[in-house]
Amino acid sequence: MTDAAELRDRTREFLAANPPADTARQDFLRARFDAGLAWVHFPEGLGGLGLPRSLQAVVDAELEGAGAPDNDPRRIGIGLGMAAPTILQYGTREQKERFLRPLWTGEEVWCQLFSEPGAGSDLAALGTRAVREGEHWVVDGQKVWTSSAHLARWAILIARTDPDVPKHRGITYFVCDMTDPGVEVRPLRQITGEAEFNEVFLTGVRVPDAHRLGEVGDGWRVAQTTLNNERVAIGGMRLPREGGMIGPVARTWRERPELRTHDLHQRLLKLWVEAEVARLTGERLRQQLVAGQPGPEGAGMKLGFARLNQEISGLEVELRGEEGLLYDDWTMRRPELVDFTGRDAGYRYLRSKGNSIEGGTSEVLLNIVAERVLGLPAEPRTDKDVAWKDLAR
Amino acid sequence: MSDLLYSEEEEALRAAVRDLLTDHCDAAGVIARIETDTPHDLSLWKSLAEGMGLAGLLVPEDRGGQGATHRETAVVLEELGRAVAPVPYLTSAVVATEALLACAEPGDLLAELASGRRIGALAVGLHTAPRAAFGTVRLEGGALYGELTGIADAAVADVLLVPADDGELYAVEAGAVTVVPQTSLDLTRPLARVVLDGAPGRRTGDAEPAVRRALRAGAGLLASEQLGSAEWSLKETVRHLKDRTQFNRPVGGFQALKHRLAQLWLETVNLRAAARNAADALSTGEDADLAVTVAQSYAAPVAVRAAEEALQLHGGIGMTWEHPVHLHLKRAKADSIAFGTAGAHREALAELVDLRAP
Repeated sequence: MTDAAELRDRTREFLAANPPADTARQDFLRARFDAGLAWVHFPEGLGGLGLPRSLQAVVDAELEGAGAPDNDPRRIGIGLGMAAPTILQYGTREQKERFLRPLWTGEEVWCQLFSEPGAGSDLAALGTRAVREGEHWVVDGQKVWTSSAHLARWAILIARTDPDVPKHRGITYFVCDMTDPGVEVRPLRQITGEAEFNEVFLTGVRVPDAHRLGEVGDGWRVAQTTLNNERVAIGGMRLPREGGMIGPVARTWRERPELRTHDLHQRLLKLWVEAEVARLTGERLRQQLVAGQPGPEGAGMKLGFARLNQEISGLEVELRGEEGLLYDDWTMRRPELVDFTGRDAGYRYLRSKGNSIEGGTSEVLLNIVAERVLGLPAEPRTDKDVAWKDLAR
Repeated sequence: MSDLLYSEEEEALRAAVRDLLTDHCDAAGVIARIETDTPHDLSLWKSLAEGMGLAGLLVPEDRGGQGATHRETAVVLEELGRAVAPVPYLTSAVVATEALLACAEPGDLLAELASGRRIGALAVGLHTAPRAAFGTVRLEGGALYGELTGIADAAVADVLLVPADDGELYAVEAGAVTVVPQTSLDLTRPLARVVLDGAPGRRTGDAEPAVRRALRAGAGLLASEQLGSAEWSLKETVRHLKDRTQFNRPVGGFQALKHRLAQLWLETVNLRAAARNAADALSTGEDADLAVTVAQSYAAPVAVRAAEEALQLHGGIGMTWEHPVHLHLKRAKADSIAFGTAGAHREALAELVDLRAP
């Protein structure tokens, strides 16, 4: 099967055999996975058909037209966007068969145990230790900024298995069971008042060696797959004009002429233009991907997105004047979904401060653009040939 | 949604133009030429226009042109911007040609401009925004009287398209007027004062729609020229910072400099999307006012900053007459005023998208 028409027929046959109106949601999603229509670029037997990724749109359009339930991708973004491609690339046959189906259907939520209090931008310096004991690894350490940890069944985890070699070489990648008694999840309250993220304390957590992804000591390389997929996921959204953070502020401007000042007008127009140009850049990137000409432009999307969100939401608070002095609600909650453009201007202003930190700080991303896209030399390093245990910390 | 990519044909066209410019428009030659009384490179113009047929891209085949669109024209302008080529392409093949395309009686002139055998210039100041007021000359007893300033490339124009106070646009032979060069910031697109003292003119059509259409196309496609220049500035600066060693290291390894170049790269990536969107919108006519306004609200600050960063990061050499960075700085700064400043375009945008002033 190679073309869109055949795939469309196959999707229609599937819909005829599993009518969405008469099929329970979970059963429908499992059947869709088993029919290879979950993610067509995955191999047959693992929810896919080994087809180009771009053909997924054919399936999605048919299913949407038939009113089929989806797997609520925003709720399981870490599993879909980061864990799944890594398991696909590095997992054993048993691991792929065990993990991918409930990951995709959303029956099992995933989280990511990467960042630590002492390892943020310098993730490879992480200190969570994993020590081999027979067929298990015993894990001790602390992870942080873990979204969905309180909902997750599984985690992708990187831990130090050899402190005597330079930091990039002594890391191993695991799948960690979040129901292990040694796992303790504590909400981490943010400046917005909410706790989207958690701290995760690992004390004597026993991870079977069968849950290791990739070779012992090769975890840094495995983690690159995870991190590269994170950045791809951030670049690919398609927005209408005024579809992002600029939308609410433009509407307020139109509806509330009494709030307008000349200074705000100049700043608003400038940001409106930048938001529109960023939208066009995203659209161009999408067209490149569809045409099979992926360029390096994706590396920069998150940088622009972070700065714009911050400036636009800052302007919006100011525009609201007296109301800008208020905040909708400081109640501590643990939201399941993150909505950057949700709630009021004050929330958007505070939440967007995280956009230039999460998923790689803007400073690190500028280094990546400078070194990988422009080919400029790296800063001289003092940590490359030093055993992890001898690094300053 | 606009097509924001380059087609294979457009890439082939780019390669051909770039080859020609590499062979015939090196920076040292341009710098030598701008110090003479004849800064324009008319032999390069002949190769582009007559040799490659690029002057007629916007003109339909049945009217003597190539029947291409603003998309291909934009690709040519990217390359001309990269080389700061001193040729009257934007002024004759885009602006004057678009004005004639809007006229009821362009006569043979349209085909003559399309073939590149003659050069035309719209006698409206280069600083004029697409919707701004423009100067006119007096029509008296069938002849034209008056003076217009800031006319780009008038020095090499064979014919001027002159708006008169009767609301008509007249084609006036260059031999019938006095063209006085003005000392210009951008020596590669020099301005001139045009004096008409009883000059005869041939009526071509209504001035207002012709000028509006010409300036809109000029503004929209200028963004592609600005993109070419910004890309040159970025590329040359990256190259320099990889080579240049201080403190026993290539200076391009210092984070303070890397971040500035990465930021500039992001802005050129954005400018490419905005410029392609404007070119595509001009070619389809869909949402063209908005696309041009967005592109011109964004382009100039990027192109100017690219040239300014190039100068600063080249250190002392960037300040010399010998190094081509000043060609780009002067062109980019002049372009930031050409066809309206970014601020003027943002003001126009306020109406287009209903974000009104207080």
